[in-house]
Amino acid sequence: MTTLQVDVWRGAESGRYQRFEVPREAHQTVLDVVTYIQRRLDATLAYRFACRVGMCGSCAMTVNGVARWTCRTHVSKVAHGGRVEIGPLANLPVIKDLATDMREFFDKWARARGSLVPTVTRKDDFARVPPDSPARAAASAGIECIGCGVCYASCDVVAWNADYLGPAALNRAWTLVNDVRDGARVERLRAVAGDAGCHACHTHMSCTERCPKAIAPTASIAGLKRATALAVLKGEL
Amino acid sequence: MSARAETKLWIAQRASAAVLALCVVVHLMVIVYAVRGGLSAAEILGRTRGNPGWLAFYGVFVLAAAVHAPIGLRTIAMEWLGWRGRSLSIAVHLLALVLAVVGLRAAWAVFAP
Repeated sequence: MTTLQVDVWRGAESGRYQRFEVPREAHQTVLDVVTYIQRRLDATLAYRFACRVGMCGSCAMTVNGVARWTCRTHVSKVAHGGRVEIGPLANLPVIKDLATDMREFFDKWARARGSLVPTVTRKDDFARVPPDSPARAAASAGIECIGCGVCYASCDVVAWNADYLGPAALNRAWTLVNDVRDGARVERLRAVAGDAGCHACHTHMSCTERCPKAIAPTASIAGLKRATALAVLKGEL
Repeated sequence: MSARAETKLWIAQRASAAVLALCVVVHLMVIVYAVRGGLSAAEILGRTRGNPGWLAFYGVFVLAAAVHAPIGLRTIAMEWLGWRGRSLSIAVHLLALVLAVVGLRAAWAVFAP
């Protein structure tokens, strides 16, 4: 039976990598490896997961230096020479081992006005949004975000500027800017403009490269730059 | 700085970048033409002196650079040095002024007879 040498981060902000030997299985995912360690080798290992099928966005970790969703990452794709290094997501405080504190990540969604501000009540009729309208197409392009934090952990600007809202929050804001039902367009554009918002993006495209859902937050951020510029020129902002 | 002011800076940098893209291409073509054609300094000055077209071109070039560079350096200073606030604003305004004055002086020097 072949084994996999797995180095797993232990500790919080300070700590070290601990070596484990894990049996190699066919079609094994990185999350399978972490689960094996926690159940068979060291029950004190802390990590986070829920759905195991790429829907919930809770199992993202740094695998061989790259942020990934571990439930959908096959060991065969990332293990080089029978070794793999698994750490917590970057740019987030580490609670313990592989579990990060994601409060700041989600607080930034709120700061980017990431929730719909309705313009009608439940007594009104449904909004009719043509599926092929440009706004709906732009919203659809970014709507499948699962909030895993991979983009946030991969972003250089987040690392440099702690206030930067980050790709996920800005992508969320862009989907709402394109939501014809929303009533807070100008307030949202104000919230996402500036050196903590879309204008801080350097278009490195790490978020777009790494997003497991193949969303392009860079394109959404570019859209916000255009929308805020137009709003300023129109005197709305 | 307000969202409006930051957005205006972004617009200014994008617009000046568009001007610079054109100016740099023309500038490089002129350099290649002058060097390959074997023009002497005196021959180059003979073409630029008293020519309002070249003064206007390099005037626009200098002003675009004076707008573009300080905004970019301001961002770098904020991200890499953590420098913010009024002192940074004063510093980048001074830089813009220096670039404009030095650049326009050079443009004027090859125009004035």
